[in-house]
Amino acid sequence: MGGMTRFFKSLFLVELLKGMRLTGRYLFSKKITVQYPEEKTPQSHRFRGKHALRRYANGEERCIACKLCEAVCPALAITIESEQRDDGSRRTTRYDIDLSKCIFCGFCEESCPVDSIVETREYEYHGETREDLLMTKEKLLAMGDKYEEEIAADRAKDAIYR
Amino acid sequence: MAEIRNYTMNFGPQHPAAHGVLRLVLELNGEVVQRADPHIGLLHRATEKLAESKPFNQSIGYMDRLDYVSMMCNEHAYVMTIEKLLGITVPVRAQYIRVMFDEITRILNHLMWIGAHGLDIGAMTIFLYAFREREDLMDVYEAVSGARMHATYYRPGGVYRDLPELMPQYQASKWHTQAEVNKLNENRQGSLLDFLDDFTQRFDTYVDEYETLLTENRIWKQRTVDIGIITPERAIALGFTGPMLRGSGVEWDLRKKQPYEVYDKMDFDIPVGVNGDCYDRYLVRMEEMRQSNRIIKQCIRWLRDNPGSVMLEDHKLTPPSREHMKEDMESLIHHFKLFTEGYSVPEGQAYAAVEHPKGEFGTYIISEGANKPYRLKIRAPGFVHLSALHEMVEGHMLADVVAVIGTQDIVFGEVDR
Repeated sequence: MGGMTRFFKSLFLVELLKGMRLTGRYLFSKKITVQYPEEKTPQSHRFRGKHALRRYANGEERCIACKLCEAVCPALAITIESEQRDDGSRRTTRYDIDLSKCIFCGFCEESCPVDSIVETREYEYHGETREDLLMTKEKLLAMGDKYEEEIAADRAKDAIYR
Repeated sequence: MAEIRNYTMNFGPQHPAAHGVLRLVLELNGEVVQRADPHIGLLHRATEKLAESKPFNQSIGYMDRLDYVSMMCNEHAYVMTIEKLLGITVPVRAQYIRVMFDEITRILNHLMWIGAHGLDIGAMTIFLYAFREREDLMDVYEAVSGARMHATYYRPGGVYRDLPELMPQYQASKWHTQAEVNKLNENRQGSLLDFLDDFTQRFDTYVDEYETLLTENRIWKQRTVDIGIITPERAIALGFTGPMLRGSGVEWDLRKKQPYEVYDKMDFDIPVGVNGDCYDRYLVRMEEMRQSNRIIKQCIRWLRDNPGSVMLEDHKLTPPSREHMKEDMESLIHHFKLFTEGYSVPEGQAYAAVEHPKGEFGTYIISEGANKPYRLKIRAPGFVHLSALHEMVEGHMLADVVAVIGTQDIVFGEVDR
């Protein structure tokens, strides 16, 4: 580039005006903003959010307390205690997930042989105390009951990949 | 006569331009930096020590959290080391998927870098534009692994799941009518590869836009040209890797020099700088984004034509499919063994490194034949770069410290580990 061209390009702020033209174009083009609480960005059916415990169609809880998820959890966020129920089946008496420890890796869902513990698409939650972030068995089953349709549909979509 | 002495001050750890939790003790003579002393360790989480206490696979998730803006590349180095110890080769399709996601990660990292670096030294617009593109790539991450950042997607023996045939779509709301939403969803009609293909078509123009905003911009040039010069000799002596080294004109890239996965089949160039200043490193990274885009295009083409397995079928190492697990006793046993105990890795030691967006990221594992590593060492490029901070900023003004930290692309997850 010759000295003269450079001088005039610099004097007339050419590169700055080019930049302004670009930002100006975006100023008047269609906005890509997503108005968050009212609308949301697309969410994959593989999304790993807050956990849930599922039930069978007849209302029986799926979890058989095999403790695979407890063993595989890298963050040691899962605590399980089990006992034999009156009808002789093995069930959990305690199933806690500490959401403040959980790293949402999805290993618990991967390991579960009866598709009981799953990660739902729920990601908007908070807790004001530590207890709020401790998912007890009741809370987990309630999550499962609430989202069962969505959970089942997502698993069906992904079944061929797993 | 008044006594004049240098002024010592703390830069960070809560300074917004310190890129996380860097505490920098600066000795200033007026506004000129005499000594820069980085204090690290504020984000130390003992990843290396934690890995010693759990089966190999369970540490994959923690690798994401090292350099938390280039997640899958960290995982890649880790799983590659384990694969080296086990002496296994992953299916070709998995290799292509890994290469594709490594390059997506590189773009993600460089977009984050250009956004933050620009914001630090006075270019605000670029931040918003860079994050617009990041959103698309984050969606790809989410579609494939279920998490937008901490993917836990690579496994020794392949990748967890094949690429999905569906992309999630926008829903109509009171802000956007169905017609508007349909327009937004246009590139989400097909599979993940179609979506990514559309992105790669658009991405080159986006990089042009960034360059329009910055490359010739006089303010940008005043802030970056001749700042933090490192000669090629010093860059090598200091152990620099990645764009920091290439910015100084040394053509060193593990993807070319020591090809792993299918990089030897890829057609791409290695950009190098001339002067080794912040501006050259900026140019190198911009060009790297274009080259990554080229590699992604090649991977998409291959992945479209070659369906197949993405995980090794050796069920002593990788879990069997869920269908098998539920029907076949042998598979169920494998499933239980793998998720409780994991697999044992033969005695020995191995080092494997990948060309991480920031440089050479490697992990070194010593195995005693158990199901967990005896020792895991992480070679983080950011640590090496940060240790040269003093040399790079000495004699510069205080405001240039920010430019140098930006150009080093420091992320404390990996520096402190």
